[in-house]
Amino acid sequence: MFKYILKKVGYLVVTLWIILTATFFMMYSMPGDATQSSMKVLPEAVAENLKAKWGLDKPVGEQYVIYLQNLAKGELGESYTTPGLTANTIIEERFPASLQLGLQAVVLGLVLGILLGILAALHRGRWIDFLTIFIAILGVSIPSFVFAALLQKYAAGGYFPIVGWAVSGSSIADQFKYTALPTLSAAIGGIATYSRFMRSSVLDVLNNDYILLAKSKGLSRFQIIRRHVMRNAITPIITIVAPQIAGVVTGSFVIERMFSIPGLGRYYVDSVNGRDYPMILATTVFFSFIFIFCMVVMDVLYAIVDPRVRKGIIEGKKER
Amino acid sequence: MTEQSAFKTLTSGDISADQFVRVGVNEQLSEQLQRPSISYWQDGLRRLKKNRVAMLSLGLLVFIILMCIFAPLIYPHSFDEQNIAITNQGPTWQHIFGLDDLGRDIFARIWIGGRVSLAIGVVGALVSLLIGVLYGGISGYFGGLVDDIMMRIVEILVGIPYMVVVIIVSVFLGKGMTSLLLALCMTSWTGLARLVRGQVLQLKESEYVMAAKVLGTPSYKIITRHLIPNTMSLIIINTTFSIPGFIFSEAFLSFLGMGIQPPLTSWGAMASLGQQQMAYYPHELIFPALALSITMLAFNLLGDGLRDAFDPKLRQ
Repeated sequence: MFKYILKKVGYLVVTLWIILTATFFMMYSMPGDATQSSMKVLPEAVAENLKAKWGLDKPVGEQYVIYLQNLAKGELGESYTTPGLTANTIIEERFPASLQLGLQAVVLGLVLGILLGILAALHRGRWIDFLTIFIAILGVSIPSFVFAALLQKYAAGGYFPIVGWAVSGSSIADQFKYTALPTLSAAIGGIATYSRFMRSSVLDVLNNDYILLAKSKGLSRFQIIRRHVMRNAITPIITIVAPQIAGVVTGSFVIERMFSIPGLGRYYVDSVNGRDYPMILATTVFFSFIFIFCMVVMDVLYAIVDPRVRKGIIEGKKER
Repeated sequence: MTEQSAFKTLTSGDISADQFVRVGVNEQLSEQLQRPSISYWQDGLRRLKKNRVAMLSLGLLVFIILMCIFAPLIYPHSFDEQNIAITNQGPTWQHIFGLDDLGRDIFARIWIGGRVSLAIGVVGALVSLLIGVLYGGISGYFGGLVDDIMMRIVEILVGIPYMVVVIIVSVFLGKGMTSLLLALCMTSWTGLARLVRGQVLQLKESEYVMAAKVLGTPSYKIITRHLIPNTMSLIIINTTFSIPGFIFSEAFLSFLGMGIQPPLTSWGAMASLGQQQMAYYPHELIFPALALSITMLAFNLLGDGLRDAFDPKLRQ
């Protein structure tokens, strides 16, 4: 088990290294550097100092080493367009909002999706089943920005504000008021995917002999669902949560822009459009880290939760 | 009649041996086919044709594709023609879907945008199909060290968040259709490669492949005659689902202003413009969003139908 985790972390490091190296050299090869855009407003001496500080006068190999050294110290870089602003500050300021939105969306998606999926499978062919299928199909067919726009047009304006974000430390009611619609828009894809997955997973489990045994043993319906159906049906969902997290991250780029949320996703998009290379590099590395980290955690979690997977790993069976 | 008397009649000789005729087995007749045998593909197609939802989706997709090809040729307004006097006008008989904030006809733009969106979906899916099948096929067929190395590479690529790749590549190569397609194709083939590899690994062990090997069939023939046809159904299903994935990604990126650039347009780019006007002129968002959603819906439902018809695991 420990070896398995170590292997996964090894992949994390290699993947992250590839991303940051590729991004570094791509950003380096872009025409123009910080001093050129700042030079207009900066005196010669200041521009020279900036060049020396960022190592811009050195060859690319050395710059790369400097960058890696800084990264090892936890310094992600400094903005070109707003000198003095470090990526660390931006992440500290901006990430909490993104994290809150992302977590709320994942949790809402999981809770609603699993609930709908189970209900649909248990009442197959009834109205709740059709409702779930309907939601699942609409959820994967309507982009979240369209859904968000519809919510803004028709649900917001009264109690729910159209745009904005509650400052940290504001009351629960305020938090709810500001985060409800963005969370719902970001979660719709998740609700659709999870409910659909859960429905077929539960239907699969219901066909098993051990359910028949539980029934003939005389267990109550509730007991069967709780002890036998839920437990077996819910574990595979972990495998699809990881890719879904990617969806939440990308969704956040859009949702944060639409609802004017001061999150990191919006800053990323802004820095891309503003061609602020060090910030693009820093946020890319950060986002990739979060994403890969989630994938690793999910893989390990799956191995812990499902004894069959764990057994496969210990016996050294090849993963498919 | 008692039991005993019944037994008596049966054995007493009332029924003589010559009352029986030896029928035997006509070996030719028993081998005769009652109806033409149907292949796997014919069977799948028959199932698909029975699926009304899937056929409706297919019809809808054909309609949308035909409109994308022919509507701009027939429709009197060009997609970049501006009517400054009547910007933001709602739907009228003159302009079926209304005009946008620069006075451009939305109906005309929908089909031009559709060309771009569909092209990205189809080309992206085909490229990732080609790479995925080749990569997975080679990895699975040769196995051993080759497989190990190739799968390690995939494992690393899977970890890379594709949206970030797309954004970085579009920064590097400039925004536009080519860089968008390139970036989307770079990471999207990994899923299919894994699928094909798993399937090939399984098929490789099967008896008929062994028989072919024993008979001295060359590798390329085994791959093209046995392995690829048997993985085809999974590949087709996967590709049908990946087309809407590409369209979705394009829409997101264009919505963020990183995809298709004006004067060219796509459904995502149109929705992005529409969203800014939504408060007062909702038609500018609704029509592109509808076009996008209906297409996605049709592709997803068709994919479901194909899976029900062709997936070996679901067919029983």
